[in-house]
Amino acid sequence: MSSISSTATGSHGSSVHDHVQGHDLTHGHGHGHGHGQSFISKYVFSTDHKVIGIQFLCTTLLMLIVGGALALGVRWQLAWGMETMPFFGLLFKTEGGQISPDFYTMLFTMHATVMIFLVIIPVLAGAFGNFLIPLMIGADDMAFPVLNMLSYWFMWPAIGFFGLSFLSAGYGAAAGWTSYPLLSALAEAAPGSGWAQNWWLIGLTFVGVSSMMGSVNYMTTIINMRAPGMTLFRMPLTIWAMFITAILQAFALPVLTAAGFMLVADRLLGTCFFIPAGIIVNNADPTVGGGQPLLWQHLFWFYSHPAVYIMLLPAMGMVSDMLSCMARKPIFGYKPMVYSMAAIAGLGFIVWGHHMFTSGMNPALGMTFMVSTVMIALPSAVKVFNWIGTLWGGRLEFNTVLLNSVAFVSMFIIGGLSGIFMAAVPVDIYIHDTYFIVAHFHYVLFGATLFGVFGAIQFWYPKMFGRMMSERIGKLHFLLTFIGFNGTFFPMHLLGVAGMPRRYANPYMYPYLNHLLDMNQFMTVCAILMGLAQFLLLGNFLFSLKFGTPCGRNPWNANGLEWAAPSPPGHGNFDVPPICYRGPYEYSSPGAPEGEDHWMQTDPRGKGWKPPAEH
Amino acid sequence: MKKFWIALFMLVPILALWSCYVAPERGWWFPGTTGPYGGEAASPMGRRIDDLFYMILAITTVTFIGTQLALGYVLWTGARRGDAGSGEKAWFSHGSHNLEVIWSIVPAGILLFIALYQMDVVAAIRFKSEFPEQVQNRPLAEVTARQFEWRIRYPGFDANGNLLPLMADPQPTDLYAVNDLRLPAAQPVMINLRTDDVQHAFFLPELRVKQDAVPGLTIPVWFEADRADEFTLLCAELCGWGHYKMRARFVALREPDFLQYLRDLQAQQDYDGVPDAADEE
Ligand code: HEM
Ligand SMILES: [Cu+2]
Ligand SMILES: [Cu+2]
Repeated sequence: MSSISSTATGSHGSSVHDHVQGHDLTHGHGHGHGHGQSFISKYVFSTDHKVIGIQFLCTTLLMLIVGGALALGVRWQLAWGMETMPFFGLLFKTEGGQISPDFYTMLFTMHATVMIFLVIIPVLAGAFGNFLIPLMIGADDMAFPVLNMLSYWFMWPAIGFFGLSFLSAGYGAAAGWTSYPLLSALAEAAPGSGWAQNWWLIGLTFVGVSSMMGSVNYMTTIINMRAPGMTLFRMPLTIWAMFITAILQAFALPVLTAAGFMLVADRLLGTCFFIPAGIIVNNADPTVGGGQPLLWQHLFWFYSHPAVYIMLLPAMGMVSDMLSCMARKPIFGYKPMVYSMAAIAGLGFIVWGHHMFTSGMNPALGMTFMVSTVMIALPSAVKVFNWIGTLWGGRLEFNTVLLNSVAFVSMFIIGGLSGIFMAAVPVDIYIHDTYFIVAHFHYVLFGATLFGVFGAIQFWYPKMFGRMMSERIGKLHFLLTFIGFNGTFFPMHLLGVAGMPRRYANPYMYPYLNHLLDMNQFMTVCAILMGLAQFLLLGNFLFSLKFGTPCGRNPWNANGLEWAAPSPPGHGNFDVPPICYRGPYEYSSPGAPEGEDHWMQTDPRGKGWKPPAEH
Repeated sequence: MKKFWIALFMLVPILALWSCYVAPERGWWFPGTTGPYGGEAASPMGRRIDDLFYMILAITTVTFIGTQLALGYVLWTGARRGDAGSGEKAWFSHGSHNLEVIWSIVPAGILLFIALYQMDVVAAIRFKSEFPEQVQNRPLAEVTARQFEWRIRYPGFDANGNLLPLMADPQPTDLYAVNDLRLPAAQPVMINLRTDDVQHAFFLPELRVKQDAVPGLTIPVWFEADRADEFTLLCAELCGWGHYKMRARFVALREPDFLQYLRDLQAQQDYDGVPDAADEE
């Protein structure tokens, strides 16, 4: 295995790993596999990355239900707004169960908030990042286990503050997840702009702190704690994706946190970062002013555009691993995959202005943002081609994992292509803030990321719990979700082209939108189907804990280091300290041991291999 | 079962194409009633925007069909290889340098073309220096958004009945209207867009015009309605609970009708409540 230290980074890396491995040997057994720990320190305030990952996973699945319920509230209003809304209607008994327009603005604001900050971001980095990083690079835990524990426990204040927001006047923040001032800056501007908005901003800060702690941990762990032989270019794409995501978070988050504090200061301390002079809202006193509302948009999107990739890259990595395994074939173009993720991340920092094409910022600036935005579709396209290339000539296993991963690719194509329309400034002038945008980001965030996550749950569940999830229920869940998803979101492109604005409590009062009611009702039916289907996932998840088929270490015959550990891995992860001999995608390799179509990264056997004399 | 799943995936492009194909006749397409593809924009610039949309639609449709078919093909052949009894192994390949180069450079060229192709339209819409000569520094109205209505301020007439220029600050001669913007048709016109309170956006869907109204800024917007007609004006930026109901109309009038409209406004505004004998007809 001469290639272990063939590159500079590799040789540098492996000397670090030798040290880490020593750490493994001396301390690994000292931890005693968790015996003698109290229940609290083992399952609640655990510093074990696997427990923390699973805590994140369960929390985000719970939040998925909350966010889904809010979404169904939105859909109900758009389909049967004149009728009693189930569940939420109880709050509006006096109005005959019909919800109010300000409640509607709260619904979509909090739906997006919950889904983005409490589901998608923490399920990728928090749940899978935590669970997979040490296992896949062959470390016994994260570099900073206590910090890791804190990153989970900082989610709960965030959830609590968002919850407080619901309980404040207006039933919650209602300025959109983008919270543009002045709507979000002046308490008089809307019912939800009082304390609900303060709680929302504070909640957001906690999510940020949580992500930041994760980010520091992931970067350090991936740089310093790889097993011997795990050179950078032998890392699974999941790890590359998590690494790049962590870098994105480290550079983008401080800007959001600062902007959040500035807005809180404007609201509570009387500063005017975002508030110009002489504005009179709802007969309140004129503002003193001097600030610029567009500043918020720049700061917010400087974070939030990279953040949309934080919400995607890890799923891209996991899908790459799953596709390769289920096709029994190496990744097509491993290095182009890595470079294109890096390119997405890099370009991701210079495209934020594409959310502001109609905002009144300097139009020359708009042109440069247009070029960079259109070009970011390039690495995305390269990735799609390579995923298709990975499947090409494969020996496919049509299981739930493959289906969800293929859905990821297929849906990402649609979301990526719709992005090009919006990247073109003149076209965006028309479709900005219409349902076309809503279609776009649901195709990438739900169509791509969530299908990827569904696949990943099915794929790594055996490692988490030592049992398989039901294939039958998994496929049924996939089928219903896939149909419901496309039925709900594809028509949104057409609504957008028809000029239906987003965030309207009642679009039908406009004659040119009146006839779109039927289509919206169809979409809501599909959304309800999709919502109900998620109980299959939940049921499957819980049911399989007890009744799933027990599995060994490597039920998928996969190559990664994590599959060399016991299922579930004990405290300290590996019973035999892993050594990495090759890249993670050597499926169907002619060099593999006789009769096997996979060749694990930890497998010392291969051409010219002789059993070592000692041992 | 494998065939079922492949069919499911292939249903996506089929239904997507079908729904876009039937969209115009079912009213799921651009607003408006003229034009062969459902709504055609009611302004020259709107049609240029639509043309760009169709250009991108053509390119993305080809890409969409191509990638989805490729996906279907690799699934189909991969399914066969994985059948029970098939001893065929997967193709052991780490990729192809040539393919990577091709599928990086070709899309890069196409994408760059798409971006550069937009430039002159962007400039024409947004660069003040590129605004049509007639409207340069000659706004006909000031549109001020507020929760939840549109206030419109026109310049009034001087003593000789000549239309005054619109001043940045309100003048005693100014004329006012609410939720009813009227401007001349068939010629470029410019408004100054402001907001009194939070952010809003001025959206004329039939004309493909959209511009945010930002607190503290006055933003000039120009457009041109093809014909004398009535269009929808609505708000496209979340501005509070009543965001959906900032309904207004934009009425494009022949030039003499526009002046007459302003005179009528002036007459209304000057009306002192005392019936004027001469006025009764
Ligand atoms: C092919 C690459 C992509 C391009 C060219 C692109 C382009 C754009 C543009 C121009 C907008 C702003 C549209 C507007 O508001 O008028 C936008 C919005 C958005 N994009 Fe993308 N996008 C791409 C990929 C993605 C991906 C991968 C994600 C997430 C995983 C994503 C998530 C979003 C979200 C969440 C919004 C809307 C935010 C909001 O206004 O609420 N996009 N995209
Ligand atoms: Cu963006
Ligand atoms: Cu509005």
